[in-house]
Amino acid sequence: MSSIQLTDVQKHFQKRSIIQNVSLSIDSGKIFGLIGPSGCGKTTLIKLIVGMLKADAGQIEVFQQTVPNYNLLKRIGYMAQSDALYSDLTGMENMQFFAKLYSLNKAERDKRIAYAADIVQLTNELSQKVQNYSGGMKRRLSLAIALLQNPDILILDEPTVGIDPALKLTIWQELERLKKIEKKTILLTTHVMDEAEKCDELALMRVGKIIATGTPTTLKALYSADTFDEVFLRAGGAKI
Amino acid sequence: MRIIALVNRIIQQMLRDKRTLALLFLAPLLILSLMYFIFHTEDSSPKLGVIGGDTKIVKTLENANIEVEKFNQLSQKEALAEGLDGWLTIENKQLSLTLQNDSPSKAKALQMQVKQALTTFQMNSISSKIPDLGVTINYVYGDENTQLFDIISPILVGFFVFFFVFLIAGIALLKERTTGTLERLLATPIRRHEVVLGYLIGYGLFAVIQTSIVVLYAVKILDIVLVGSIWYVLLINLLLALVALSLGILLSSFASSEFQMVQFIPLVIIPQIFFTGLFPLDGMADWLLSIGKIMPLYYAADALTGVMYKGFAFTDILVDLGALLLFSILFITLNFVALKKYRAI
Repeated sequence: MSSIQLTDVQKHFQKRSIIQNVSLSIDSGKIFGLIGPSGCGKTTLIKLIVGMLKADAGQIEVFQQTVPNYNLLKRIGYMAQSDALYSDLTGMENMQFFAKLYSLNKAERDKRIAYAADIVQLTNELSQKVQNYSGGMKRRLSLAIALLQNPDILILDEPTVGIDPALKLTIWQELERLKKIEKKTILLTTHVMDEAEKCDELALMRVGKIIATGTPTTLKALYSADTFDEVFLRAGGAKI
Repeated sequence: MRIIALVNRIIQQMLRDKRTLALLFLAPLLILSLMYFIFHTEDSSPKLGVIGGDTKIVKTLENANIEVEKFNQLSQKEALAEGLDGWLTIENKQLSLTLQNDSPSKAKALQMQVKQALTTFQMNSISSKIPDLGVTINYVYGDENTQLFDIISPILVGFFVFFFVFLIAGIALLKERTTGTLERLLATPIRRHEVVLGYLIGYGLFAVIQTSIVVLYAVKILDIVLVGSIWYVLLINLLLALVALSLGILLSSFASSEFQMVQFIPLVIIPQIFFTGLFPLDGMADWLLSIGKIMPLYYAADALTGVMYKGFAFTDILVDLGALLLFSILFITLNFVALKKYRAI
């Protein structure tokens, strides 16, 4: 069963077409990767799914409900590409603020914050102001905030940029666990090709269009490539 | 060579920022023309009412470039409604001049003109029917010690409340926009009206404290003239702060940097000062005056001088308060709509 369904979605910005006739179906309990060169419309597509932008044409459904839909917002955990954090507040204050926006009670808040901080290994740094965080720490805090309300769908825009390999491994293990045990649906964008291989399914985007979908293995076969870097380059039109 | 590269880059950036460019060249022209119209007004002759007395006196006064209207009877209320700057009562050869005195310099000028006219009249009248021309002078507002500062201080109190609340609220929301937190905020199930109200209440609290401090300091420590109730002064300023808050938040959506926010000062703040009454509005052309009526500070200044200097009661400032309330409702509604840019619902 699909939890995210896009049909002929189009989006323009000042006459420039950003998303052209995109149709996509993302199954529940899967990790779905969106890959493609920068500027190909990944972030716009994600914002359309979250409901922050409204499509010019076509239909987007999340859990069989048409987007934008207010009630869906609490079921979607969103991590933006830029770290949207209050830098003059501490990590804990940031998390408390967002947890309150999801109307979690005190006990739930404390439990979820402890859990999310532990996943991204920020528990000991929560009392520091965010302006003193490194780039990677900010990224981790953003990810932790996306996990706070225990959403059914996680939408992560380049979640692991600037995060070191060891921590990246932990985060991926947690994403796998969330998928398997808690049956979450995870949609992420990435530039890192070894991450793309860990996804259950992938969509390759180029200039506002989805040019191929499938499992990592099928995509590799499609482009007769050995590695994902090759798939990426060939899909981009490069001759190897 | 490197200098040229630097100069080139600056030119490129400036040409790209059309708004800064427009402001740089056009804003001074706007302010200058406003000042031109405000200071180049027709020399308006003062309006004087005369009660009793004969036509000869009226003639003499008119010759002294005073606009005279004759009345048989005139109460203070009627006189103020007529828009008279003063009135001369002649009763049993006793002259008494009442000055409206909402502008001390104008009142003093009128007093001088009347005195001169009366002296001329005395010299010309052969029969010398009025032997003694001692004039008693009364004031509607203030007294002979009234200074310019007494009139403008209520306006200044309102202006500072407006200015700082506008700037601080605008820059705060701008920061939220530029760091992306506003967008992130709207990816959570928060309602748009909750964002607008949260901002109004959050910054409103500080605006209330600031307003109270400014008003109390002005009245209690600086001993600025306060004839009416201090509660009305607080009420007017709080409403004005609400207008400034909602306007600041609204205009921040049209700015993409703190710099562009500051650019609103010559466009939004300075023109308003011209219509507050800091500069005489009497001789101003009608079309110019009607511009003033779309500016929140015009109403706030009117109500503040009314209460602090003229001792107006609540019913006298009702229209001004209503106007301020309408402004804030308008800006709050527009804010609500403007947030659609960040989330479709």
